[in-house]
Amino acid sequence: MAKIFQPSPSLPPPVNSVGAVAWVRQNLLSSPLNIFLTLFSFYVLYLLIPPVVEWGVVNATFGGESKAACTAGGACWAFIGVYFEQFMYGLYPAEETWRINLALILLVVLIAMFAVKAVNKLYLSIGIIAVYPVVAYFLFAGGVFGLEIVETSLWGGLFLTTLLGVVGIVASFPLGVLLALGRQSSMPIAKSVCIVFIETIRAVPLITILFMASVMIPLFLPDGMNFNKLMRVLIGITLFSAAYMAEVIRGGLQAIPKGQYEAADAMGLTYWQSMILVILPQALKLVIPGIVNTFIGLFKDTTLVYIVGMFDLLGRIQAATHDSNWLGTTIEGYAFAGFIYWAACFGMSRYSMTIERKLETGHKRN
Amino acid sequence: MTEHNMALAQLEPGEKAIIEFKDVNKWYGDFHVLKNIDFSIKKGERIVVCGPSGSGKSTMTRCINRLEEHQRGSIIVDGIEMNDNLKNIEAIRKDVGMVFQHFNLFPHLTILENLTLAPIWVRKMPKKEAEEMAMHYLERVKIANQANKFPGQLSGGQQQRVAIARGLCMKPRIMLFDEPTSALDPEMIKEVLDVMIQLADEGMTMVCVTHEMGFAKTVADRVVFMDAGEIVEANEPHEFFENPQHDRTQLFLSQILNH
Repeated sequence: MAKIFQPSPSLPPPVNSVGAVAWVRQNLLSSPLNIFLTLFSFYVLYLLIPPVVEWGVVNATFGGESKAACTAGGACWAFIGVYFEQFMYGLYPAEETWRINLALILLVVLIAMFAVKAVNKLYLSIGIIAVYPVVAYFLFAGGVFGLEIVETSLWGGLFLTTLLGVVGIVASFPLGVLLALGRQSSMPIAKSVCIVFIETIRAVPLITILFMASVMIPLFLPDGMNFNKLMRVLIGITLFSAAYMAEVIRGGLQAIPKGQYEAADAMGLTYWQSMILVILPQALKLVIPGIVNTFIGLFKDTTLVYIVGMFDLLGRIQAATHDSNWLGTTIEGYAFAGFIYWAACFGMSRYSMTIERKLETGHKRN
Repeated sequence: MTEHNMALAQLEPGEKAIIEFKDVNKWYGDFHVLKNIDFSIKKGERIVVCGPSGSGKSTMTRCINRLEEHQRGSIIVDGIEMNDNLKNIEAIRKDVGMVFQHFNLFPHLTILENLTLAPIWVRKMPKKEAEEMAMHYLERVKIANQANKFPGQLSGGQQQRVAIARGLCMKPRIMLFDEPTSALDPEMIKEVLDVMIQLADEGMTMVCVTHEMGFAKTVADRVVFMDAGEIVEANEPHEFFENPQHDRTQLFLSQILNH
């Protein structure tokens, strides 16, 4: 009779390889060099943290009407408090800022509805992509339903930063996908148009594009045919970002094995079906880090609209530091701006990691 | 054109070929990869194509559903001439299922979604109906319990059986197999071959590029041997293995059968 093969039972791991002690040992004290680096890092933190806390919290002044009120020697947060509304909304009339808040709440509610099972995701997406922007535009600009008209030149602060960032991101993404597909396409005309566009835009600094959008385009347009500066800047930012997006996405397209294209073709899927159903879902998933990188870059690049006379968050803060009541508050202003930008960008980065984990469908591709 | 090819290209009167190669030539750049291929396949026929690597056997098979373009000659599949007309190509692809060496399942879709994708989008079948049909084919390849897993969670043999089921979901009149067992562990080859044998027994027209000579002996109606872009010899399996006509065929057989 043949012997019966019995696999040996699995045993638990050794005790000293799990738990907090093991973590410290593995990550902080695994070798003499690591022990040194750990101690050195603690020393640097010891040097840095107490003065920052002292300046920012212990000796800081949180209330007051001018720089003169800040006598404790620490940060003068009173400056931020007084100017907070302006940093958030720019020169948008104070009694109308509820419209901005309402639009924001509406967006958050719409996005949160994705979590509700009973809601049709397709209709919800169409609502967010097609209907919401129109509603938001009329809320911001006014002129309908008795809403007071607010000129776009008054829009500013974090509101303008967010608007530029969100519109730039939402508009440049599909454009970038189309450009990437065009550049990969076998149709010579579409291909060359995409290559010329991408290479031209990428070869020019954003400042130049914004300048062209705000100063030069009006010169070439006939009298009376002038459209809003904000609109022109938005188009400039979108085109700029789309060129970078296209190259990131092209990297993803190239990483998809040829077999995937062939399998989709062999099934009789049309070009657009195979791109939308098979190739893009995989390619975009691969380049999420690159896409988010571009988004974060775009979000921070929006500060350049300062050049063409638009006052976003950073612009508003810089303008406020010139207030004669608050001279010498530049550090507080930049610290505040830095914190806001950091929070937004860190949020995007964490969110992208969540998406990546959610889209993970198990082991390696084949 | 050799004598043998000539003989094989001829059909009995009244019989119609489902796949017809007429003087097909193809080049990759300067490389002449297919030379004067003349070959007909009858409905329900099981063809095994073998030959050394680089002989053009995969390329010839992939010309049948236009994954590769030929540059001279004509290929007629199911009465439709293969040319640049996208409508023709799409019409042929609906009727021709294909199984690849590396499975090429879509890793971002579940097994069930892999199977229903083409029926829903190409055949415009309602989702529910497509899913029922998909489950039917998954049961036939004995893998229905894995329907909601992703391809990456399955073994190679299981993935290849899913790929066969995916091809069948389009209710094709012809199935192409491009080295379906070459990327599999030895233990998994049999489960895939069993599914293919079952398919052959049901009368499916099959063109199969493979090195599994056992499969060729039991299943094939004809075995085609290719080298250097030409069909060297094509014959019934018994004759092909027992009495190869060409010295090139003899050499090939001696090398793959006695190792």
